[in-house]
Amino acid sequence: MHLSRTARIALRIGAGLGFTMIYVPLLLVLVNSLNPDRSASWPPPGLTAHWWSVAAHNSGARQALWVSVKAGLGATAIALALGTLIAFAVARHRFFGRGTVSFIVVLPIALPGIVTGIALNSAFGTVLAPLGVGLGLFTVIVGHATFCIVVVFNNVVARLRRTARSYEEAAMDLGATSFRAFADVTFPLVRSALLAGGLLAFALSFDEIVVTTFTAGPGVETLPVWIFGNMTRPQQAPVVNVVAAVLVLLSVVPIYLAQRLSADTAASSRV
Amino acid sequence: MTTDVPSAAGRGTVRRLAGTLHRRPRLRLTLLLTAPLLWLAVLYLGSLAVLFVSAFWTTNSFTSQVVKVWSTDNFHELFTTPVFRQVILRSVGVALAVTVLCAVIAFPVAFYTARVARPGWRPLLVVAVLTPLWASYLVKVYAWRLILSQGGLADWMLAPFGLSGPGYGLPATVLTLTYLWLPYMILPIHTALEQLPASLLDASADLGARAGRTFRSVVLPMVLPSVAAGSVFTFSLSLGDYITVQIVGGKTQLIGNLVYSNIELNLPMAAALGTVPVAVIVLYLLAIRRTGALNSL
Repeated sequence: MHLSRTARIALRIGAGLGFTMIYVPLLLVLVNSLNPDRSASWPPPGLTAHWWSVAAHNSGARQALWVSVKAGLGATAIALALGTLIAFAVARHRFFGRGTVSFIVVLPIALPGIVTGIALNSAFGTVLAPLGVGLGLFTVIVGHATFCIVVVFNNVVARLRRTARSYEEAAMDLGATSFRAFADVTFPLVRSALLAGGLLAFALSFDEIVVTTFTAGPGVETLPVWIFGNMTRPQQAPVVNVVAAVLVLLSVVPIYLAQRLSADTAASSRV
Repeated sequence: MTTDVPSAAGRGTVRRLAGTLHRRPRLRLTLLLTAPLLWLAVLYLGSLAVLFVSAFWTTNSFTSQVVKVWSTDNFHELFTTPVFRQVILRSVGVALAVTVLCAVIAFPVAFYTARVARPGWRPLLVVAVLTPLWASYLVKVYAWRLILSQGGLADWMLAPFGLSGPGYGLPATVLTLTYLWLPYMILPIHTALEQLPASLLDASADLGARAGRTFRSVVLPMVLPSVAAGSVFTFSLSLGDYITVQIVGGKTQLIGNLVYSNIELNLPMAAALGTVPVAVIVLYLLAIRRTGALNSL
């Protein structure tokens, strides 16, 4: 489309404003973690690294971070197993209700978190409580895994649809058992999809707050729950600022890994 | 090559098992689906079903005990109580406003990243759009709490014009939700614009259309399904949200807050309230499906 000079300039300005709107809040969080003052008034009266060392020794935040990591790893492991199983079933088999299965997988993330949260909460209450199992880290992992399955499923099913079955068939024609064909041929083909799905699942779990609120027992506090609980306490504001800044900085890690992964994918698709 | 050599007997068993599985696809399918379906269909759909059935139960107002007798009282109350009606309308309004704002902001950004920026820069710009999606949801809401706080960045920027920021309330909620879900709108529009064949644009120009006419008659109809696809995210994510409004909404109540405040004392009412966003989202999806947008998700 031959855009006029004015239109191009207008688009540049529009896009510039859009990107400014996207990044200014994140930058503000970083700057604010160096704010010596407890209030968020702008501009900050000075800059200090004092709160970073205070936050590093904050036991509440550290404990919450650890709980988040454990919940994320547990949920990711379950999601990887279940998501991969469904992906193989849907991509490699035709059966009655196949469309319904793909729909059920998406449902936990499509419905509002609060609906999933209270549904699981009352189910745990009726089923687990009589068995003497209360809400705790275990139930958080179950809740998170439920909505993480979809991202693993999506990644693996997309990969399986793009890889021809002829590789596996060739392996089996050459005398490999179906287990051997899976281990030596299929698995390497879907490995990077599993990594990408696992990464997304962990990120999703690490960031979740609503389902967590309803599935965590007393004393089980993930990092988002900790932030939410301390956000409105002026006393804790500086520590929350630092934790927020750390999370902004950490968000670069998955971006970097995703870039590496897609490079890896490009390399393996050349096989 | 694997180096460990399994015993001959073990190898035979494995081989027989593999053969059996290979010959019997039904058995293979059963093994694949049993565990995931137990999890999703029994645990998850089962919990959801019980929740929605419980919407038809009532609560004894003295003991707060759930009375398991079928009644439609909750839904009757839902549609006749003015507060509930107001909050439902407000929530749908917020979700629509967020969707429209996202589309308006996303369009120039996507147009720039897909067709105006130098081709070498485009992948980098897409990463720049994606990056905030990995930043924590709560941190992003917190950022807006800081911006809109008294004497915060918004006040400071507007002070030279003799204005002050909107403070916490409904506008702040719409603004923050727009910020949160913006990338979900930019990405599908970017993809659609990127895939728009240049030949169509050239043909339009050859036939005498100016940029504005080409935009209205060629670009917009082809990008609309992607806007619809993006709107599925912006709309449904906004409709279910109750955390953002607690952080930047002041006293504003949305449907999620009502659900939340009813859980402890009146779970059946909370369940009935919870069916509202689900029903609205399902209706929205059905409407969107007619545009064919769901196929491009």
